[in-house]
Amino acid sequence: MKKNLGPAYVAPITVWLCVFFVIPISIIVYYSFLTKGFNGGVVHKFSLDAFRALYNPTIFKITFNTFWVACVSTAVMVALAVPAAYYMARSRHKNFFMLLVIIPFWTNFLIRIYAWMAVLGNNGVVNHALLSMGLIDRHIQFLYNTNAVILVAVYTYLPFAILPLYSTIEKFDFSLVEAARDLGATKLAATLRVLVPNIRGGITTAVLFTFIPAFGNYAIPQIIGGSSSYMLGNVIARELTVTRNWPLASSISLVITALTTLGVLIFMRFNRSASEEARERAQDNAPMSAMPQVSAQSTGTGASE
Amino acid sequence: MKGSQVTVKGVEKYFGGFHALKNVSLGINKGEFYSLLGPSGCGKTTLLRIIAGFEDPSAGAVFLDDRDVIPIAANKRPVNTVFQTYALFPHLSVFENVAFPLRLKKLPNAAVKEKVGEFLELVKLPKEGGKLPSQLSGGQKQRVAIARALINEPSVLLLDEPLSALDAKLRQHMLIELDAIHDKIGITFIYVTHDQQEALSVSDRVAVMNEGEVVQVGTPSEIYESPSCPFVAHFIGETNYLGGEVAEVLDGKHARVDFPGIGALYVYQDKPLSVGDGVKVTVRPEKIRISSDKPEGQAGRMNVLEGTVDELIYSGFQSKFFVRVSASATFRIFRQHVKYFMDEKAINWKDKVYIWWNDNDGYVVEAEKNP
Repeated sequence: MKKNLGPAYVAPITVWLCVFFVIPISIIVYYSFLTKGFNGGVVHKFSLDAFRALYNPTIFKITFNTFWVACVSTAVMVALAVPAAYYMARSRHKNFFMLLVIIPFWTNFLIRIYAWMAVLGNNGVVNHALLSMGLIDRHIQFLYNTNAVILVAVYTYLPFAILPLYSTIEKFDFSLVEAARDLGATKLAATLRVLVPNIRGGITTAVLFTFIPAFGNYAIPQIIGGSSSYMLGNVIARELTVTRNWPLASSISLVITALTTLGVLIFMRFNRSASEEARERAQDNAPMSAMPQVSAQSTGTGASE
Repeated sequence: MKGSQVTVKGVEKYFGGFHALKNVSLGINKGEFYSLLGPSGCGKTTLLRIIAGFEDPSAGAVFLDDRDVIPIAANKRPVNTVFQTYALFPHLSVFENVAFPLRLKKLPNAAVKEKVGEFLELVKLPKEGGKLPSQLSGGQKQRVAIARALINEPSVLLLDEPLSALDAKLRQHMLIELDAIHDKIGITFIYVTHDQQEALSVSDRVAVMNEGEVVQVGTPSEIYESPSCPFVAHFIGETNYLGGEVAEVLDGKHARVDFPGIGALYVYQDKPLSVGDGVKVTVRPEKIRISSDKPEGQAGRMNVLEGTVDELIYSGFQSKFFVRVSASATFRIFRQHVKYFMDEKAINWKDKVYIWWNDNDGYVVEAEKNP
C-alpha cells in the first residue's frame, strides 16, 4: 500500500494561504475590533466604534456607488466579451487575437491608467483634436466622474472576461446552433436559447473575475475619478493614511470582503439552481432504460472491398 | 426533372480552391427514400448542407416543390436535419429537445405536451422525456434527434450519416426502424451515408457520388448489378474485376471475351461492342459457384474454370474462397452455407476445385473502342 501523501502535496499551498491570506485577514478582523490610536495605529482595547462608524450616510452612499460602478462595468464587460470571445473562438487567427488580448498586460497597470489621462484629459489627445477641428469651443470634461471610472475599469479588466469566455466558447459544439437554426430558430433565438445556456460556466467565471476586482477598485477612482466617484477602496486608503483610523479601515475592508462573498454566493447559487433543477427533475422521473442492451458484436456483413 | 419534389440543378461548390461539388443535378421524388452514397470527401454532406441551407452553392439552384430555396434562410426552409453527432441540446431534457421547434412557435403547453408525446411514441421513447441527453445511450439519442427533426412536420427529412456512431448490430436495428418511420409518415428522406450496406438495404434510389460528382443514380439493384463505372463496381460490394478483349459479339446482349491468363468467358453486355474492343468486366463473388467435381449437364452458356483454393475464410453464415486459376488470376467466391456438413466443408485449403457461373452474371462495366 502506498502511504497517503495527500497532506504533503497540499502543504506548500496550505502554508502559502496561511501566511498570505488567513493571517492577514485575521489581523484585519482583529484590528476592526480595536480602539483607534491617538496618532494612528491601534490601542489593544476592545471597541465597536469602527462598526458604529459604518452606520453613516456617506459610507452608505459610497458603498452604493461602489456597487453600482462594479455592476455596470461587469455588465458592460460581459456584454463586450461574449461577442469578442465568440469571434476569437471561430476565427482562424485565434492565437493572434489571443496575443492582442494579452499585450496590455505587458505594460504596468498604473501607466495604462495614466495613459487614459493623456487621451481624455482636458489637454488630452481627444480634446485637442476636437478643438483643432473646431467641433467644440472649449474642452470637454471627460475625466473625474463615474463614467470615466467605469470606462477605464472596463478597459482594464476586459481580458479577465474574454479569456474564460473564450475557453468555454472554443469547446462549444457549434452544430447545436445549426440544429437550432434548422429547427426554425432565428439567429437571435439560437444564440439566446442554445449558445448562452451552454456557455453559462464561462459567463459565471467572467462575471466573478471582473466583479471582484471592480468592487475592490482603488487605483482607477483615485487617479481618474473625482470626489463624486469615490469608492470603498479610496475610503480605506484615506482612513489608513490620512485620517489614520485603522480600525475603521479594517471594518470597511471587511464590508468589501463580506459584500463580495455574499454577491458571489448569491450569484453562484442562482446559477447552480438553474442547471441542477433540470438534472434533478430528470433524475426524478427517469425509469430504467426502455432500450434493450445490445451487445457490440459485429456481424461482419459490411463487406466492401 | 419536372415533377420532382427536390430538384438540384447544376450545383457547384468551391471551398477556396477545392472543388467540392461539380455540376450536380438530381431529381428526388415525393416520398422517396433517397440515399447519397460515397466515400468521405465526395461532397455528399456538402450537398445535404446546401439543401438544408447551411451552405450556399457557388453556382446552381435547389428547388423544393418548384420553389427556389437558395434565397431562403435555413430556419425558414421546410426541411429538417438529423445530424451525425445528434446535436441534441445538452442543457435541455429530452422532452424539451423535441419540443424546441414548438416552443419557438410559442404553441400552448397542452398542445406541446400532446405532440411531443406523440413523436416520442413514434421513436419508441415514451418514458424518457424527463432525462437529459447525457443520460441516454447512443441509439436513444439518435431516436430523440429523429423525433426532434420530425416534429415540425417537414416535407423533406435530411439525415447526415445518422447511424455512423452506433455499433453494427444497433445500426441494423435502427435502419429497420428508420424504414418503418419512413413508411409511416411518408415524407421524403434524403439519407447521406458512406456505408453501401445501409444505402442498399433501405433506399428506393441511390445516388453514388465520387470526388464531387454524381456517378450513378439508380435503384439499389441497378447500382449493384449494373454499375456504370469502375468506381461504382468497386465501391458497392466486393467484386472480381477483369480486363479483356472482345473476341466475339454474340446476340446483342452477350459477348465472348478473351481474358489474359484466364481464357475466353461469356459475359452479359448492354453496350455497342465490336470485336477487338477492350472491356472491363465485373463478376460478383456470390454469383460464382464452386465444387470439387466438374459441373455437368448445365444449360446455356456457362463459364467453367479450374483452380486451386488459395485461401479460405470461414465466417459462419458463409465462406469466402480465393481460387487461383492461373499465375496471374485469382477469383473470390462467396458461398452461403446451407448444408455445411453434407456439402460445403468438403472443400479445403489447397484443394483442386471447379468454379462456374452463368453468362448473365458477368457484366461489362466499361468498353474502350478498338481504334
